[in-house]
Parts: sequence; structure tokens; C-alpha cells
Amino acid sequence: MQAFTLLNGLVAPLDRANVDTDAIIPKQFLKSIRRTGFGPYLFDEWRYLDHGEPEMDCSQRPLNMDFVLNKPHYQGAQILLARENFGCGSSREHAPWALEDFGFRAIIAPSFADIFYNNCFKNGILPIVLPAETVDRLFKELADGYRLTIDLAAQTITTPNAATLAFTIDETRKYRLLNGLDDIALSLLHADKIAAYENGRAKRAPWLFASNLK
Amino acid sequence: MPGKTLYDKLWEDHVVHTEDDGSSLIYIDRHLVHEVTSPQAFDGLRLAGRKPWRIDRNLAVADHNVPTTAREQGIADPVSRLQVETLDNNCAEFGITEFAMTDPRQGIVHVIGPEQGATLPGMTVVCGDSHTSTHGASGALAFGIGTSEVEHVLATQCLVQKKAKNLLIKLNGPVGLGVTAKDIVLAIIGTIGTAGGNGYTIEFAGEAIRNLSMEGRMTVCNMAIEAGARAGLVAVDEVTIDYYRDRPYSPKGEHWFMAERYWQRLYSDADAVFDKVIELDATAIKPQVTWGTSPELVVAVDGCIPDPMLETEGGKRQSMQRALEYMGLQAGQAITDIQVDKVFIGSCTNSRIEDLRAAADIAKGKKIAGNIKLALVVPGSGLVKRQAEAEGLDKIFIEAGFEWREPGCSMCLAMNADKLEEGERCASTSNRNFEGRQGYGGRTHLVSPAMAAAAAVAGHFIDVRQL
Ligand code: SF4
Repeated sequence: MQAFTLLNGLVAPLDRANVDTDAIIPKQFLKSIRRTGFGPYLFDEWRYLDHGEPEMDCSQRPLNMDFVLNKPHYQGAQILLARENFGCGSSREHAPWALEDFGFRAIIAPSFADIFYNNCFKNGILPIVLPAETVDRLFKELADGYRLTIDLAAQTITTPNAATLAFTIDETRKYRLLNGLDDIALSLLHADKIAAYENGRAKRAPWLFASNLK
Repeated sequence: MPGKTLYDKLWEDHVVHTEDDGSSLIYIDRHLVHEVTSPQAFDGLRLAGRKPWRIDRNLAVADHNVPTTAREQGIADPVSRLQVETLDNNCAEFGITEFAMTDPRQGIVHVIGPEQGATLPGMTVVCGDSHTSTHGASGALAFGIGTSEVEHVLATQCLVQKKAKNLLIKLNGPVGLGVTAKDIVLAIIGTIGTAGGNGYTIEFAGEAIRNLSMEGRMTVCNMAIEAGARAGLVAVDEVTIDYYRDRPYSPKGEHWFMAERYWQRLYSDADAVFDKVIELDATAIKPQVTWGTSPELVVAVDGCIPDPMLETEGGKRQSMQRALEYMGLQAGQAITDIQVDKVFIGSCTNSRIEDLRAAADIAKGKKIAGNIKLALVVPGSGLVKRQAEAEGLDKIFIEAGFEWREPGCSMCLAMNADKLEEGERCASTSNRNFEGRQGYGGRTHLVSPAMAAAAAVAGHFIDVRQL
């Protein structure tokens, strides 16, 4: 998992409450054998004028130019500014997979759906909860090229006019995200022990390491 | 200090690190990979920029989606084809050995592992498939894992695990003539139930188990998962060691002798303490037939379908009633009165050479009954198929009216084209009789290979001991 430390990123607004996981990634894409590649289908029903199906070449599809993420000045956005109860609905991890694959690393909202909030941390996305008034102020300030700097270690957000906003986050989640630690990464903290075990076992049971499969 | 169980010994040999909360990092000696549960794991590796920890610990094969006919024409269903191609591509990209669909060694992942000597006594063996318990027959600690764990094993060659409890199931005395490994394990599940092994690693022991060949022991351990245990074990003995002599990936030369010495300590000490012991009288076991939609709903072939109304426990009574309804059967019906439409001989439970021999023995010189719409024989691997053909078993089956197919999972779970139609009744040598398992609305009766062949010939279930 990608670590999250300091992010200076372009902000895109999604001015709707209760954005659900079916909106984030419609159910037909769950048939996929993949965990990556959901980015082109993120918000599929809002982004395109036609009906999306897995494996479609999205570059050929008609875009809904009214949808905010299709606006030229939000291309390359890494921070999503959202409203209440973002990510409600099913537990599908495809939702954070799609957001991450699209390029989002942080989502700022007054509140998140619980499972979605948890799923974000497993996939290197930082969900930040700010008071509704603060989020509202950011929506109002937001203009072309609006960027925020998020410092996870300091738990602060800095706006273009140098205002600093503090946010709270659970310590263990912060630690894992700062270090980019998923379960595999945590096990790999013992890499030297694994290697030492292998060396020992290769001496005790050399036949296990002798025959390379062909 | 009391002695150690076989499971204790295998566990201790593989602990890399133990946390304060008791969870351990366990080293995995062999990781088997197939097409259904691996694509997202490989993707996860790519996404994180990780390489497999140790490539030569992995062996891959496509089995669940492969067609059992006209294989040279490829896979017709695009979703299945994509899964298989994805496995091919992932193995090529990461450098993992794969038996491709056209490789003569291709077959069901749990058949090819022991057959190749890729899974050996004393190993830890995992695969993204619950029937990985099969490999415990050789005294290996083997269990199924999920997709995120597949990724974890690829990346670290380890798994985070908590140790299970020890359960000993002892089969006293020998089984009678015509009673097979499949009947033993179905009888065990009928006795202890599908949750009987929850939280345990089961060691199968006793005279009836010792008397089994390796193939038979694999059949028993295969269904440990159906008894609720993630892993089943049989201690190493001469039968085990003889089986592994000269397998393609078995240790060679000096290594063989070292391995043999190591394997000879893979049994439970006489003074080992088990958390639970269950003893069964093997001499009382008869050929078994399941009648419901769970492997524990099973009776002897000379029995009748039990009456749910006699069941005192409400939940169980309801599930029995639901099962009877789904299966289109009635309480009190004699098992031998049940007619079947299709017969499936195959799956990782019963598709090894001995299974095919046992079925051919019954089919020899006979014809399948007129009411049988389809009788399939699907060998567990290309090598099993070749061996069977060398022994002329294919001719026996074909002359009797069976279809002789290419190896794979086939109608065990009907992910390829082989399936039951709605309402069809099947005598199957596989391991799960769940609703819809062999096709939407299909009705599955689990039996041994000899019993399946006998049902094909008779058109209904019949006691092989009377043939
Ligand atoms: S044969 Fe059946 S049980 Fe065995 S691996 Fe294949 S699908 Fe699973």
C-alpha cells in the first residue's frame, strides 16, 4: 500500500450528500477479475451518457460534460471535496479501489459511511472529517486551480490563503497510513526473520529448496 | 512434558515469529495457484510494486474453468476464458511455473500436487481453495486460504495464523469388502456433522485409515473441510514414503534419504494429548449415499431416508425438510429406489487412478441403464488419464456408455460447460451436495466411485456389495 505523508493536490468538488457506493462504482463492474482498473468506471452513470459495462473502452464513450470531474480544470485532481455521508451503501471495496485508481488520495467530507471509511485506509486513501461549516467554506472558496496541502503527521490542512485547519484521526490508522503498512507490509517488517527461517530450514530440509519446478 | 501430536510437530517446524496475542507468522513451503482465486492477488502485487518472495515455492494450474471436451478449440465462454488467460499471463509475468491447459500434466490442483511430488510430507501447503486439506494425507499441514491471503503468501511466503486445536478421529477395525475411503469419510461426517471439526485440525488414524492407499487417504482428508476442519492429517508410514519415491519433484539421491529420515518422525507421539478424541467402529460402515443438501445428511445404501418429524431439534428438522423438498424425496423412501439421471465420476475427491479402477471394475462388460442421460468420467489429471488409458479403462467406460473426458473440476462445481439441468438427479463422486452446486436446481447424491458406476449400470442406487 502506498504511504500517505504530505500531499499538495488539486481539489475537485462533488456537491451532493449521500453519494453511495453504487454511484461510486456500479454493480456490473464487480464481475471483474481485477482489483485495479476501476478508475475509468468511477461514477460511471454520472460521467458518461451511455450505459457502462465491464471491459468497455471508455475513451470511446460519450462524456457527460456537465459532470464536475469531466471539467478540464479538475483533471488530475487528487483530493475530493464531498458532502455528508459519503460512501454509503454496500461494503464493496471496489469503491475505494475505483477512487484510488482514478487518482484520489484524500477525501474531505463532514461525514463518511462507516464501512467505506474503513475500506479507504486499507487502500491508501485518507478520509478526512471536518465540521460541516468548514467544508461549506471550502466549497465556497474553491476556484480554478484550488489546491490544498494535507500533512498527515501534523494532522493539518493548509489552504491557498495560508489558513491551517486541524483534523483528527485514530493513532493506529495514522501510523499504518504514514508508513504505508498493509497486512503484507506488517509481515514484511519481519523479512529478516523470514529469511533467517528460510536459511535454517534449507539446512534442516535441503530437499525443499533443491528442486526448482519446471 | 506430554508428547506432541503430528499437528503440533508440523506447526512448530514452521513458526517464523509469534506475536504477544498468540498469532504466528507461519512459513509456507508450497503455494498452489489456480485461476479463480488468484487474479486480484496478482493485481495487488502489481499495484504495490511487490515481487513474489520466492518464486519456486509456487505452482499454478488452471482447473475450475477448463472444458473437458475439444480442448484444442479453447474455451468458449468468454468469462471463463479470461480467467484462464489471466492466470497464464500472471504466471508468465511473475515467472511462476504453470501447467497450462494443454500441458499433459494439467489437472485438478489437488490431484497434481501429490502426483508431481510438488506437495510432500512435512510441508505446509496452501491454495486459494478449501479442498487443499487433501494434501494432509501425506502428513503435510495443508489448508485453503482467501484471495487476500493468496497475495500475502505470494509476497511474504508466510501467513498469519492462530493454532487450531487437536482432534483425533480413530477408526477401529478394518472396513468390510466394498467399503471405500469415501464411505469412511461420509460416515464420519454423518456422525460428527459438518461443524464437528470447527476450530480443529483433524488427524485420521486407526486400522481402517492405515489400510488405505495414499489415494484413499487423500479422499478422506479432502473432505475434512466438509467436517468443518480446515486441515486433515494422516501420519506418515511406509505407504506414504513408497508413494513419493520417484515422483517428478520428489527429493533425489542423498536428499531422498534425508527427507525419508525427517518424514519418519511425522506421527503423533503415543503420549500426545488431543483436545478431543472420537472413536468409530469401522467394521460397521456400509457404502454411503447422501440424500440431502449437506454432506452430513447421509445414510447407508441399504437404509431409508430419515423422517424429519423424528428429529427433536427444531433447526435441524427444518433443514431436513427443506433438503427433502429440494431433492424431491420423501421420508421413508428406500435409497435403492432412487433413480438417477446423470452420473459424475471425478473431482479432487475421487478422480485418481484407483478411483477409476474401482469404477471400471463395476462397469466392465456392462451397459449404463436406459434412464441415464449422461455418465461422465473425468480423470483428475492428464497423467491419470494416460495411466487409465494404458490400462484400458477408457475402453471399458466407453463400451459401457460412459463419456471419457479431459481432466479438470468439471461437474464438481459446474463452472465449465458440464452441469446438471434443473431437477436432474446425479450420483456424484464429488464432495459437495449443496443446492445448485452442480447446476441450477440440480440434485446431487455423494457416493464412492464404485457406487456411482453401479448406479449408472442399474439406473438407481444399488449396494455394490451385492454385485
Ligand atoms: S474438483 Fe471440485 S472441490 Fe475439487 S478443487 Fe475442483 S471445484 Fe473444488
